[in-house]
Amino acid sequence: MQQTVVGGTKKKAADMLAMAGLIVIFIAYMFPFLMVVINSLKQKRDIIKSPFSWLFTIKGLSFDNFVKAFTQMDFLNAFKNSLIVTVSATALVTLFAAMLAYYIVRHKNWISKITFALMVASMIIPFQAIMIPLVSIYGGTLNILNHRLTLIFMHTGFSMAMSVFMFHGFINGNIPIALEEAAYIDGCTHSQTFFKIVFPLLKPIISTMVILNALAFWNDFLLPSLVLTDKELLTLPLSTYSFYGTYSADYGTIMAGLLLCVVPILILYVVLQKQIINGVVAGAVK
Amino acid sequence: MKSKNNGKDFCIFALPGLFCFIAVVVIPFVYGVYLTMTDWNGVSAVKNFVGLKNFGGVMKDAQFWISLLLTFKYVIFVVVIVNVMAFGIAYLLTRGMKGQNFFRAGFFTPNLIGGIVLGYIWQFVFSRVFVNIGESTGWTAFEVSWLSDPSKAFAALVLVSVWQLSGYMILIYVAGFMGLSEDVMEAASIDGASGWRKMRSIVMPLMMSSVTICLFLTLSRAFMVYDVNLSLTAGAPYGTTEMAAMHVYEKAFTSRQFGVGQAEALILFIIVACISGIQVYLTKKKEVEA
Repeated sequence: MQQTVVGGTKKKAADMLAMAGLIVIFIAYMFPFLMVVINSLKQKRDIIKSPFSWLFTIKGLSFDNFVKAFTQMDFLNAFKNSLIVTVSATALVTLFAAMLAYYIVRHKNWISKITFALMVASMIIPFQAIMIPLVSIYGGTLNILNHRLTLIFMHTGFSMAMSVFMFHGFINGNIPIALEEAAYIDGCTHSQTFFKIVFPLLKPIISTMVILNALAFWNDFLLPSLVLTDKELLTLPLSTYSFYGTYSADYGTIMAGLLLCVVPILILYVVLQKQIINGVVAGAVK
Repeated sequence: MKSKNNGKDFCIFALPGLFCFIAVVVIPFVYGVYLTMTDWNGVSAVKNFVGLKNFGGVMKDAQFWISLLLTFKYVIFVVVIVNVMAFGIAYLLTRGMKGQNFFRAGFFTPNLIGGIVLGYIWQFVFSRVFVNIGESTGWTAFEVSWLSDPSKAFAALVLVSVWQLSGYMILIYVAGFMGLSEDVMEAASIDGASGWRKMRSIVMPLMMSSVTICLFLTLSRAFMVYDVNLSLTAGAPYGTTEMAAMHVYEKAFTSRQFGVGQAEALILFIIVACISGIQVYLTKKKEVEA
């Protein structure tokens, strides 16, 4: 009995220490974001004088920086571009990957086997090993760069292997073939069976893949930077890049612009936190 | 499905996805191997076959080897620090304290934001905030921006990458710790295992599958670092922080030596594939079932 009490206080003290350590690390983690928020409201000379001072010391707080960043970045347009690309590519890859994975699981022929092996192998190829020939083929021979559709198509292609792999694992383990057989007996065609019976059952893995892919598409910089150059078509990361290049000395405006980029994702994160975290963990562990 | 409609099924179900994959990944990859044997400059219509000359060009490209060496150094720092930190924080987070989910979600935040934006945020922190701290406190470490000194700029890059990646690894390690069976831990306690002993003999072996995943993810991400490299230092000062992936980009799209650039990209890919392969093999061997 004595011992458990001693152990109990010891554990309590250790817990307090752990908590304190965590809080310190956490504050350090959040520090850069805090700096952005504070300085996005200040004028340049106040930022240079002291990046720390806030409400108490500075009178010139204003939202001017946001107005300026909003117009200079062409924020609405870039946001719209990012949204179109992300949503379409995510929808396409989800649908195509689910269908392809379904085909591979249910047809054990040589095409499925080769396709699957090829896809798994391709998952270790980094984008940098493909980007040069990609530009050469699509920019030179086909000359279809600088279209939104091209980017959507490429996003879809690049995330195909990983998505098929995930869907494959899920269908293999969770979708009983008896259900489909019942559907055939009831007179369903293959497409009907897939879309009405199988696809709805894939919901857990679909939400995982939508989260993983959408995040990757939304934040991607390198691929869009190779495909899109037309100012009208720039996605958010691209327009941030060009905006920073022009205004890098105008700290207040830059901070406001960066904050504008971060806020939409953070709002989504607050709403969908559980799903996002579960999705990411599921995606990594498989 | 019955084999009668096999052709039609293939067209409906498999073809769209397969087409995207082949057009965007397989063909460019194969074509890329061919490109390493041409002298294409990115503009001209003619590509002359030059055999293995580009690989000779890679050998002579001193900057590539310097950046590769730097990338190795960077990868070692990032992989070790990220995994030690994430493991430690995940351990603290799973002690059953309040606010666990809040912390976990908070640490993950940088992963939701693109590397470009993260790099710019930190550029401001290093060049203004830290310098300001240095000026007002007299700490010499902060008086000059880290980004203007080669070794400090490298340290800055490591710091930002650790900050960016560790949240993700924390999630995976937390999932691993939560998966540890209570029974096994209890049995160890009853057998009189101390905290450290439990960690070494029970927790570590059972956590090896998480370690495999995390090492693999950090390795491949760190080797291919580009966004943060571009927005934080852009290789400055004087190209001393230019990582391999960035060098490949510059070689191809700025110097317009596509053949040499692609050859370097392939070499980089082979190195990464080998190292991650060895890593997965080694750590998988240590995995045990509870």
